[in-house]
Amino acid sequence: MLSDTDRIFTNIYGMHDRTLRGALARGHWDDTKSILVKGRDWIVEQMKASGLRGRGGAGFPTGLKWSFMPKESDGRPSYLVVNADESEPGTCKDREIMRHDPHTLIEGCLIASFAMGANCCYIYIRGEYIREKEMLQLAIDEAYEAGFVGKNACNSDWDFDIFLHHGAGAYICGEETALLESLEGKKGMPRMKPPFPAGSGLYGCPTTVNNVESIAVVPTILRRGPDWFSGFGRSNNFGTKLFAISGHVNNPCVVEEAMSISFEELIDKHCGGIRGGWKNLKAVIPGGSSVPCVRGEDMKDAIMDFDYLRNDLGSGLGTAAVIVMDSSVDIIKAIWRLSKFYKHESCGQCTPCREGTGWMMRVMERLVSGDADKEEIDMLFDVTKQVEGHTICALGDAAAWPIQGLIRNFREEIEERIINRKMTNVNKALAAE
Amino acid sequence: MTELKKIIIDDQEIEVDPAMTLIQACELVGIEVPRFCYHERLSIAGNCRMCLVEVVGGPPKPTASCAMQVRDLRPGPDGQPPVVRTNSKMVKKAREGVMEFLLINHPLDCPICDQGGECDLQDQAMAFGVDFSRFKEAKRAVDDLDLGPLVSTNMTRCISCTRCVRFTSEVAGINQMGQTGRGEDAEITNYLNETLNSNLQGNIIDLCPVGALTSKPYAFTARPWELSNTETIDVMDALGSNIRVDTKGREVMRILPRNHDGINEEWISDKTRFVWDGLRRQRLDKPYLRKDGKLVAVSWAEALKFASESISGKNVMGLVGNLTSTETAYALKKLLTSVGGFVECRTDGAKLPIDNRSGYVGNAKIDDLDLADEIFLIGSNPRDEAPVLNARIRKVWSEGANVYLLGPKVDLTYDYLHLGSDRSALKKLVTSTLKVGEEKNVVVILGVGALTGKDGSAVLGHVMKLASASNCKFLLLHNAASRVGAMDIGAATPNGISDLMSYEVIFNLGSDELEIPAGPFVIYQGSHGDMGAHRADIILPAAAYTEESGIFVNTEGRPQLANRSGFAPGDARENWAILRALAQNLDVTLNFDTLAQLREGLFSEHPHLRNIDSLSESDWCPELSGDLGKGDFIYPIKDFYLTNPIARASVLMSELSAQVKARNSNRIAAE
Repeated sequence: MLSDTDRIFTNIYGMHDRTLRGALARGHWDDTKSILVKGRDWIVEQMKASGLRGRGGAGFPTGLKWSFMPKESDGRPSYLVVNADESEPGTCKDREIMRHDPHTLIEGCLIASFAMGANCCYIYIRGEYIREKEMLQLAIDEAYEAGFVGKNACNSDWDFDIFLHHGAGAYICGEETALLESLEGKKGMPRMKPPFPAGSGLYGCPTTVNNVESIAVVPTILRRGPDWFSGFGRSNNFGTKLFAISGHVNNPCVVEEAMSISFEELIDKHCGGIRGGWKNLKAVIPGGSSVPCVRGEDMKDAIMDFDYLRNDLGSGLGTAAVIVMDSSVDIIKAIWRLSKFYKHESCGQCTPCREGTGWMMRVMERLVSGDADKEEIDMLFDVTKQVEGHTICALGDAAAWPIQGLIRNFREEIEERIINRKMTNVNKALAAE
Repeated sequence: MTELKKIIIDDQEIEVDPAMTLIQACELVGIEVPRFCYHERLSIAGNCRMCLVEVVGGPPKPTASCAMQVRDLRPGPDGQPPVVRTNSKMVKKAREGVMEFLLINHPLDCPICDQGGECDLQDQAMAFGVDFSRFKEAKRAVDDLDLGPLVSTNMTRCISCTRCVRFTSEVAGINQMGQTGRGEDAEITNYLNETLNSNLQGNIIDLCPVGALTSKPYAFTARPWELSNTETIDVMDALGSNIRVDTKGREVMRILPRNHDGINEEWISDKTRFVWDGLRRQRLDKPYLRKDGKLVAVSWAEALKFASESISGKNVMGLVGNLTSTETAYALKKLLTSVGGFVECRTDGAKLPIDNRSGYVGNAKIDDLDLADEIFLIGSNPRDEAPVLNARIRKVWSEGANVYLLGPKVDLTYDYLHLGSDRSALKKLVTSTLKVGEEKNVVVILGVGALTGKDGSAVLGHVMKLASASNCKFLLLHNAASRVGAMDIGAATPNGISDLMSYEVIFNLGSDELEIPAGPFVIYQGSHGDMGAHRADIILPAAAYTEESGIFVNTEGRPQLANRSGFAPGDARENWAILRALAQNLDVTLNFDTLAQLREGLFSEHPHLRNIDSLSESDWCPELSGDLGKGDFIYPIKDFYLTNPIARASVLMSELSAQVKARNSNRIAAE
């Protein structure tokens, strides 16, 4: 279990002072200038050495991402854009940072922007996050007042502006290029890659889009050193991580833990165990709604990190939003609900997702009632494969994976329901005679 | 040009410009990649996902070839050229998948769809789809739109490729179309149910890969396989857009654009596309004589006899109309000069210099615009005078060129810098000479309407002076398809039409925009019962532009051959044949008995006309810049849809004209 002294987010529950005074007391903004004077390259190298992988879901190494930004400007400015459009069902870690510990993020923005030569940073916050927006804006105003950001930020000779942009509540705007479109005032539809944002992003300028958590951990990593950070977790999965556990645990919570913690320890230590005990565990979605679900019995010994969940369980860590479901759950209906969500949130730009999400949802609807043929399970699986990897952005994949996870893990349950339904129909017909 | 890059597509190695997209590279090696949203003249959307190909060694999923540039492909581990596959299992699976998705919500009402037989979705479903259906759910239905009298919609068939949205916003420069809604509820709509306010809107019918947008006037009248196609040239403006005329029996059923990179790319204006109903109405199909003030139908023999009697011994002026082919003008000139008459083609009174081709054509090609950094429009509103050219200027503007307008302010669909409306602004521009860098490409477009004033020669002189001083290209934008050809053969007299009343007989060959005062005896030869025929004492019915072959020289001086797609109605005859018959009656010997001989004569006198579709350079001789008059430049076209007798005979063009008037007057009322 992570000791309290190793926690990056020391006010994640908002029990202490959330203002700048409190942040200073907890050690944030402590001589930030001394970090900046060590230079861009030093910061990027430290980040690379820390092994931090992006906390937004894909797990791309953060330091490497920063190093794609141009060293010399060709006349265009560079931008840092922080993706605070946290809309994935199950995921609620960034909101805790923004409303309870906002200065970790703002300080991280300054350092990260400096490291990629950006004088300007935009934070794109989810439309539904009203209070979070207010808290974050308050903290930004405080930082401006204290001279930590703005002209000559922290007396470092680096001019730095930070803008908070409030989204309108579309899930797709959390996709990095759709977010940039939305930020530019256009319809939030993903762009095609290449060109990647590092070459041509916001307003056609070099841009890096990072998750809130990836940025918020930066100051502490640089203060305590990459070796400290990489002291947690298995190789390639270093660091500490905010886990957001929801569903049928006794005590749902957001908690910072070391990477590669076992699922059992995570649940028992922090969440008071599964509701009705471990035998009652039916399924777990370990990384937010878009990763495939895993059967409860496979999950008990799982190691919560990127590589184990992907390679050993065919799922993913995603945003580490762990959705726990006990045996009271109709798993088919649960996944149908996710399908409905993706159908609703598909932007409609490209064919497979536009047409496929609705189709998949409707077949799922029939699987919920059992009003289908067994062959349709394979057909549905095939349709998800036709969506996956054929779309502009990853929403198509995200819509396909939960269904694939369901079919892989709970096929017998679907079949059983279809058979039962057929029997009921036959019985009804007989009774009618 | 940048260094070429080697790639291997389906085992064929090829070197291409790295800026090319994979779909273009595939086309170079002769592999056709299916696509719906991709169109080479529109921006890349990449949304249909039909053009997926496999990039070997790349991510384990297919790539949209319309958006991926060759330069973005990574070489193999030892520097081998990147490998692209368009026929692998992965690609086949991806195409079948996308095709299935496109079809699940498509109504499959092909038997009652006008696109049937020329539908991309049909063709590609046959070539790349599967032959079964797994979709059991209810299909989506979408409300239809009212886009006006030209474009019929059936939005349930729409596959959301957004070609129409991209065309209207990028090329036509209007923003009435867009996509609203999300996911499967996303719809292509018109903003606030507005109808399209563009004279290029018909092009979205061609662009639509399915039957969502079809032609309203042509609806349910023919199937593509019933039509005979004739490749010919448009005469609605002086651009000489390349068109294809589709006929069923003797009727023209529709007109479509053909690609010509140098002229119209692949767009045509709505007047060009939809004027065909005018070819069926108000036609002159019998010769007429005016007897006791009334026009009476007579036989050809009588009409020709009477015409020759009224010509012989008189001083005759021949007028060459706006839609007349060069051969016809040539034949008229031959005929009338042999009886001591004259011929004039500048019926609008424009002071085009005789024998100075650089003065009445200029020295710019239309595609010089593509490279222009600055474009000066002087006394010209290209949106009305040549909509397709205007779209080209818009394209160059959107790529960063500056446009300057000298003339009354109008909506050109793009921003321009207004230099003033009157002659003094021109004077100022000329005396200041353009402050342009040496390396800048400048094109000056002078509208022919600016030359119709008394000071027309001076205006031309000033503009040519401007062009020579700042070493820029000069294009004279004509309105009449016939004009440059007629000027080339010298169908002009020094005094123009100013002393029209001094002639006893006027032989009016299809000029319907000029009012001939009472006095002279008028012989009218033309296709439509319009102003010219009303004033005529003798009417000789002739073929319209789709009914005879002829050479038209466009505004940049490019001769193009128009072909005959059908026959003239009733007793109407081809123009040259009428003139030849009249010569017989006049006992005049012309140097031709057939159209081929006529052309041979024409070519021997004017050899540059022989080189169809090629531009000949003319010596640059600036006209004298005399004294400019006063007053604003006036654009020659008052009503875009009603500029010639064919358009005025068209019911549809009248409707469009009324719609524009209503739109303009409503706007004033709302203000």
